[in-house]
Amino acid sequence: MLDPRASIINERLRPVRRIVAVSSGKGGVGKSLVASTVALLLARRSFSVGLFDLDFTSPSTHLILGVNRVQPVEDRGLVPAFVHGLKYMSIVAYSGDRALPLRGADFSNALIELFAVTRWDVTDFLVLDMPPGISDAVLDMLRLVERAEFLIVTTSSLLAFETVRKLAELLRGLNVPVLGILENMKMREDDSVKRRVKAIGLPYLGGVPFDPMVEEAIGRVDALLETAFARSLNDVLSRLNLC
Amino acid sequence: MVGNFKMHEWALAEAVLAAASQVVEREGLKGVREVRIRVGELQQVELELFEFALSQLKTDIFKDAKFVVETQRARLKCRVCGYEWVFRKNELDKDSAEAVHFVPEAVHAYIECPKCGSPDFEVVEGRGVWLESIIGVK
Repeated sequence: MLDPRASIINERLRPVRRIVAVSSGKGGVGKSLVASTVALLLARRSFSVGLFDLDFTSPSTHLILGVNRVQPVEDRGLVPAFVHGLKYMSIVAYSGDRALPLRGADFSNALIELFAVTRWDVTDFLVLDMPPGISDAVLDMLRLVERAEFLIVTTSSLLAFETVRKLAELLRGLNVPVLGILENMKMREDDSVKRRVKAIGLPYLGGVPFDPMVEEAIGRVDALLETAFARSLNDVLSRLNLC
Repeated sequence: MVGNFKMHEWALAEAVLAAASQVVEREGLKGVREVRIRVGELQQVELELFEFALSQLKTDIFKDAKFVVETQRARLKCRVCGYEWVFRKNELDKDSAEAVHFVPEAVHAYIECPKCGSPDFEVVEGRGVWLESIIGVK
């Protein structure tokens, strides 16, 4: 027996120009905020942008965007909802506000199903909000999704960086493109993370200062894009020259 | 409902044909006599729509192929107490059933083991769509 869904995934993603997987070895480093804000900033630059929340057991991009159980449209598969200028997909459309406890195989099945039936169509950037760690989501991405480029997020903490280093080395060993490592929630001027990133031979994308106003802006996209956090990320995007 | 192109079954049929085409290419088949597909009841695929989509999407290599679609009961097993049961559609209300149709794993948000109440159960069989076999002409 053959699972037919994997056969169609790269066909579905063919009209997508670039796929950016926002990842980290650790939780709590701000991946979802970075992924959502990067997607919004790219959309503000008039690109066609998708945001896909792959953190199925702990989704949070819907809270950041201030949308509640927004439903994809059924049209020969699923067409993502359009919110705040983004094509948006989250499992929250199907699990609502209930807990969704998934073991690894179930997680993979849900990921494969949604990649197999979602029609992103012509899209400049598909931003993926990855769950933390080096487990099913990362392994499935490496197995099933060609062309994904990883944007890795760390904090200034050595605890976060050590997990990020392992993720980065895994990806590099498999020749998977890594855009670089972003230092998020930076509390003080210090270049130790920058030095560690350089030491492992990856681009240091910059330090995004900790911004207490971000919490106030959750659920309010216009306010979020006015924060120092978003302005700093916008500078990172300009330097990255993704566009 | 047949002729309704706004259907999720269309995407599943596309996936089956993409996978079947890859098998045809890999095996160097000149023709296909039969494609056997297994559809698990958990996903509640509308078989009429699914078969219609297959008929509309099939390429020339499948023009003489018979598509045999078999359903499979969804069997669930609790990982905590070991109880096994068969999924019944009426365990879910309309909205939950629709969610499970699109993403069968959403079932973990809506049902629990009837014996011990745990949401930690396994879908032993009958989850979704599988390409079971292809009989081809070399």
